[in-house]
Amino acid sequence: MALDDLKTKDFAFVGTRPNRPDGLDKVTGRAKFGADAYAPGMLHGAILRSPHAHARILRIDTSKAEALKDVKAVVTRADFSDKVEFAPGLEGEFWNVLENVMAGDKALYDGHAVAAVAATSALAARDALKLIEVEYEILPHVTDVDKAMLADAPVIREGAADYSVPAGMHPNVVRMHESGHGDVAAGFAEADLVIEDHFTTEATHQGYIEPHACLATLGMDGKGELWCCTQGHWIVQKTCAALLGIETANLRVTASEIGGGFGGKTTVFIEPVALALSRKANKPVKLVMSRSEVFRATGPTASASMDIKIGMKKDGTLTAAEGIFRLQGGAFPGGPAEFTAMCAFAPYSLSNVRQVGYDVMTNRPKQAAYRAPGSPMAAFAVESVIDELCNQLGLDPIEVRLKNASREGTKASYGPRFQQIGLVQTLEAAKAHPHLSAPLKPGQGRGISCGFWFNHGGETSVSLALSEDGSAQVMVGTPDIGGSRASMALMAAEVLGIPYENIRVTIADTATLGYNDVSHGSRVTYASGLATIKAARHAVEKLCERAAKKWGIPVDAVKWENGCAVPSGPNAGDFDPLPLADITANMGQTGGPISGHFEATPEGAGVSFATHIVDAEVDPETGKTRVVRYTVIQDAGKAIHPTYVEGQYQGGAAQGIGWALNEEYIYGEDGRLQNSVFLDYRIPVASDLPMIDTVIVEVPNPGHPFGVRGVGETSICPPLAAIANAVSAAAGVRMRNLPMSPPRILSALKADG
Amino acid sequence: MSKIHVSTTVNGDAVEYLCDPRETLLDCLRDKLSLTGAKEGCGTGDCGACSVTLDGRLVCSCLVLGVEAEGKEIGTVEGIAEGDVLHPLQQKFIDYAALQCGICTPGILVAAKALLEQNPDPTEEEVRFWLAGNLCRCTGYDKIIRAVMDTAKDMREAV
Ligand code: FES
Ligand code: FES
Repeated sequence: MALDDLKTKDFAFVGTRPNRPDGLDKVTGRAKFGADAYAPGMLHGAILRSPHAHARILRIDTSKAEALKDVKAVVTRADFSDKVEFAPGLEGEFWNVLENVMAGDKALYDGHAVAAVAATSALAARDALKLIEVEYEILPHVTDVDKAMLADAPVIREGAADYSVPAGMHPNVVRMHESGHGDVAAGFAEADLVIEDHFTTEATHQGYIEPHACLATLGMDGKGELWCCTQGHWIVQKTCAALLGIETANLRVTASEIGGGFGGKTTVFIEPVALALSRKANKPVKLVMSRSEVFRATGPTASASMDIKIGMKKDGTLTAAEGIFRLQGGAFPGGPAEFTAMCAFAPYSLSNVRQVGYDVMTNRPKQAAYRAPGSPMAAFAVESVIDELCNQLGLDPIEVRLKNASREGTKASYGPRFQQIGLVQTLEAAKAHPHLSAPLKPGQGRGISCGFWFNHGGETSVSLALSEDGSAQVMVGTPDIGGSRASMALMAAEVLGIPYENIRVTIADTATLGYNDVSHGSRVTYASGLATIKAARHAVEKLCERAAKKWGIPVDAVKWENGCAVPSGPNAGDFDPLPLADITANMGQTGGPISGHFEATPEGAGVSFATHIVDAEVDPETGKTRVVRYTVIQDAGKAIHPTYVEGQYQGGAAQGIGWALNEEYIYGEDGRLQNSVFLDYRIPVASDLPMIDTVIVEVPNPGHPFGVRGVGETSICPPLAAIANAVSAAAGVRMRNLPMSPPRILSALKADG
Repeated sequence: MSKIHVSTTVNGDAVEYLCDPRETLLDCLRDKLSLTGAKEGCGTGDCGACSVTLDGRLVCSCLVLGVEAEGKEIGTVEGIAEGDVLHPLQQKFIDYAALQCGICTPGILVAAKALLEQNPDPTEEEVRFWLAGNLCRCTGYDKIIRAVMDTAKDMREAV
């Protein structure tokens, strides 16, 4: 996009904080989420899941369940399309998804679906599951990433590796990434101090409070309707159609209100199963996951094992950095090894850098994206080593980061040169923030960390239609997870010049708008926002045409100002401003309805950086850590609705606190998940957290008409490292393994003597 | 299994339903009375998304059986507003953006209202501990706590 298109100041609406349009629905209980839909004659579905981490399925006998009067359909793998081909490596993603939503020859993890039932009530469906007999041949399993790479590890699936994996590696290693530049050996030789260390993080779950839920109808005519909570209903449409063997256009998917996703609702789990049940029973089927099913069978993030080596001169200059990242992504290819490696050193300008990532399969659920997938783990390892280098060389951690920070023009560790970015500004803001100079109490430590995420554009379609009374309806295709309707309305109001309240934003279904990529990659405000602005500008062009026609002057002699068509200068003629509503009032007679559209794949998402400051207090007797103060500083490019930007910052920090201190998937020797309820998988509660301060830095993104950068994900990149640095300072011992739970801290304190 | 007839009061209205003895109050509210404001986030009493009041006491409706509602007074999020006038908490939650996805909001509103009814002047710590049974994964609680504290202040000043 041309830079002269960029508007960065004098906004009338953008940057204000109006109430969200869907606020009333959400505080009165009226908003309809995934499980809130009902249909006449509806059946209830339930899914039978493998209790084994790895087992061959020898036989499934559904006859007893089918004999029940209340049971109207039972499905197994045989009820899905046989046209979904297995292809080695990542190419066969539809096959991977099919294999994940309903096991084929083998159950690959504890919780893997093996059969499903539709019955007249939810209780009847659950009762029927108990009558399905499955004969398993139990196979050896592996759930740990390092163990899965050892020569004697059981093979999850032969032939899953792609071309990138060098010969001789274990078949569980399915993809390898290597990148960097310069000569790291020479760089390490230049350093005054080189630190090499090993770090691990555990798998955590996105932990959205709304379990997956859907209502599916698929008739004998091959036409279907699906209501579900998802971050992207077009990908649901495409995937379900492939898995069921129907044409994409014959399945209409409507996104419900969504009760959190964080990346975990960017794929399908129960939707194809509900459709298969509906097709077989010829009735609508509602399927809702229990919390335990959410933990056992939907995507947690990958766990990681990482080796980091960084060299620094006495003056704080980084001379070289190297990292090896092993990501465990469950029983399928797709662990975010590339992202982890590419994000690791991105905040720093390095002449010599090399990063290697391995995507490794284990007997765990298929990982799903979780807020900036891969980046938080990498930052934890890298920023811990930088902190240690600063400690040992007696250097100020902010100054060192400023000295080495990536800026406009820096060649990124992963290849390209950065455009206008805001890392330095976040560090300067941190330096100036009162938090950094506030005194610490005994037993407390302070940590800082930077974080980086790419952000994403993606396929986007938006339509905007004007009404006769001068109000506007905007149809977007990205589900509203955290107030995006408000941001879209603000951007449309800015272009059209009509009140925010006169714009209604709807999340369109798959039948009423062109393709839209998922609400992920922090893309909604960026891409749907850009598309809304362009659609509004498209409508404005038509409004100007109508005014030009009315005035009998050329269209380029008309411009749009404060919601009115006006002559572009004294030579254009002397006409009173023509308000939008005056043009739309009789648009039927002056050329027909006026709408604007935009369809494209915008490429200018721009990257995003943050710096976090944390104070933590460690109780040496119990090993319990309390976060006592937290400050998030992040570049938003331009905050469209600052309150919701703050909300993203706070939410990411809170999830990071959980990941750093509490949350983890715990597997027993038997390969079964041991903590599949919220009581045992403890996410932060209100009494665990302090207020979370935010500072919004605005360094405009040249790739968006108003300078917007995505803000949703970067906020979870620095917390793991910032908290680890604070805890390490408070405890006086370097913490290398997450979560820093009380037992881990106690044993680290003990080992330190 | 034969069903049991239950007569109860929900948000001031007399209602009746037939339920299986295994069904929870949450199931009955949602599936039989179409009151889907209370949400099931866990079904095990750990998330608070299903919070309602039972004879004025805050409970997780996923841990109460449908049959236990017989002769009781139930209060749900649908009954918090008085006609078309929002409860001050509801208005403040909108004003403060104390919700992102909004799935936790009904439970948190029911719980916060119960708090303010028994403690009109809670400290931040009291609010945090009272709401510790209501999980929110989106907001980090900051704006929720502020909204509750500020509503309490407004309501105190209004009397
Ligand atoms: S659904 Fe009742 S506490 Fe979670
Ligand atoms: S706003 Fe999403 S869980 Fe609270």
